[in-house]
Amino acid sequence: MSEGIATPDKPEPPLDAGDDARDLFSKFDPIIKQRQDLLDSGLEDPFGLVMERVLSPVTAVCNGRETILLGTYNYMGMTFDPEVIEAGKRALDDFGAGTTGSRVLNGTYVGHKEVEKALCDFYGMDHAIVFSTGYQANLGIISTIAGKGDYIVLDIDSHASIWDGCKMGDAEVVPFKHNDIEAMDKRLGRIPEGAGKLVVLEGVYSMLGDIAPLREMIAVAKRHGAMVLVDEAHSMGFIGPNGRGVAEDQGCLDDVDFIIGTFSKSVGTVGGFCVSNHPKFEIMRLVCRPYVFTASLPPSVVATAATSIRKLMHAGDKRAHLWENSKRMHAGLKTLGFQLGTDEPQSAIIAVIMPDLERGAAMWEALLQEGLYVNLARPPATPANMTLLRCSLCAEHTEEQVGDILVMFEAAGKAVGII
Amino acid sequence: MDREDTKARIDALIEPFNKKNVTVGEDTTFAGDLEWDSLTVMDFVAAIEDEFDIIISMNQQAEIETYGQLIDSVTKLRAA
Repeated sequence: MSEGIATPDKPEPPLDAGDDARDLFSKFDPIIKQRQDLLDSGLEDPFGLVMERVLSPVTAVCNGRETILLGTYNYMGMTFDPEVIEAGKRALDDFGAGTTGSRVLNGTYVGHKEVEKALCDFYGMDHAIVFSTGYQANLGIISTIAGKGDYIVLDIDSHASIWDGCKMGDAEVVPFKHNDIEAMDKRLGRIPEGAGKLVVLEGVYSMLGDIAPLREMIAVAKRHGAMVLVDEAHSMGFIGPNGRGVAEDQGCLDDVDFIIGTFSKSVGTVGGFCVSNHPKFEIMRLVCRPYVFTASLPPSVVATAATSIRKLMHAGDKRAHLWENSKRMHAGLKTLGFQLGTDEPQSAIIAVIMPDLERGAAMWEALLQEGLYVNLARPPATPANMTLLRCSLCAEHTEEQVGDILVMFEAAGKAVGII
Repeated sequence: MDREDTKARIDALIEPFNKKNVTVGEDTTFAGDLEWDSLTVMDFVAAIEDEFDIIISMNQQAEIETYGQLIDSVTKLRAA
């Protein structure tokens, strides 16, 4: 029999969120419970922190307390660079607050062309196209260039934006074990004859801060006739003699077909990009939907990015200081007895491995009370279901601050019982 | 290629991954019965790929829910 049609003035009985199939949100119940359990234990919400004031690239006021920032990816400290800020202010005055349009309609200003030129100069490549975020750069390029019948071979620890790019496209997706050259080689060798192949790698993997053996991996990919895309989000500006990333550092940048990067780390603002020497690359502007069907970056953002990128070309001293910071911090934490994501410092990210989510969250809060902000990373974003306290250093952290950070880690680690 | 042979070889491969000692039959599901996470799935798939020298893309994996479906798919891929 028909149960009739619900009328708005006759309220439905409350939904039993647990097992009522009509509530689309019941699928989130496990994560809601996990979060509630964490908050019920008296801990502060690690994913609800508010920066009340930002004092510099490395200090902010959180919960009324001055806090050292050690989890911002602001590797080169460009966010408060006076020339960068001045360029942004000028663009706001001259071009307004936003473009209100797609790059292919009314959203390309002279500033967008200038930042793309800056990227070509920075990487020594022929083409650059700028997206509104780094996430969209991966989403757009991967889903567009690998189509039906093509194969994407990628590292299992790839960033969410890479996975989402794979999911959005029509290619066959084949993952291999993290940084495992032989596993990648085997999978490439089994792809049917004649199929298009795209290998997707990252220079620095952001969870553990480890780098990829790009030189060997790219050589294998090329032997199988694959095109290679490398995401250098966490290495741009810092790794390599000119800050072009891990591929430059390992001497194989010329063999990379597509470099993906972001403005929201070393560059110090927001936006994403892809640079390439492919002769047909410009067609991406017409066929790549995450490029076409979104508004372009505001003029002030592209002006700050262009100024920052040009300054990063000549930032050798800052790169050297950041390496010093990374080495000192890594050695200090190791001496204190923390378990780290890599045996040696390989990037500006140092991941401190926590025994479990509860103690990880407790440690995160203890550090915040000491006056230090780091990232709490938890499954499923982390490899092997680890809970991590992820630290990203900045070239603007002073030697003294790195010393203070180590003191805070020691106090918090002892309070929580991890060391 | 014959299904019996494929099944026997996968039976041997699954053993080290079956940490909960679930009795595995044709209708056993990977997500539900075996409660495997994505890393375990990847390692198991890699072991099968290496054993039979085939590729099982993630797109194909999405269609496979039960142990029986896996054996069917691998049998088909070996014949291809």
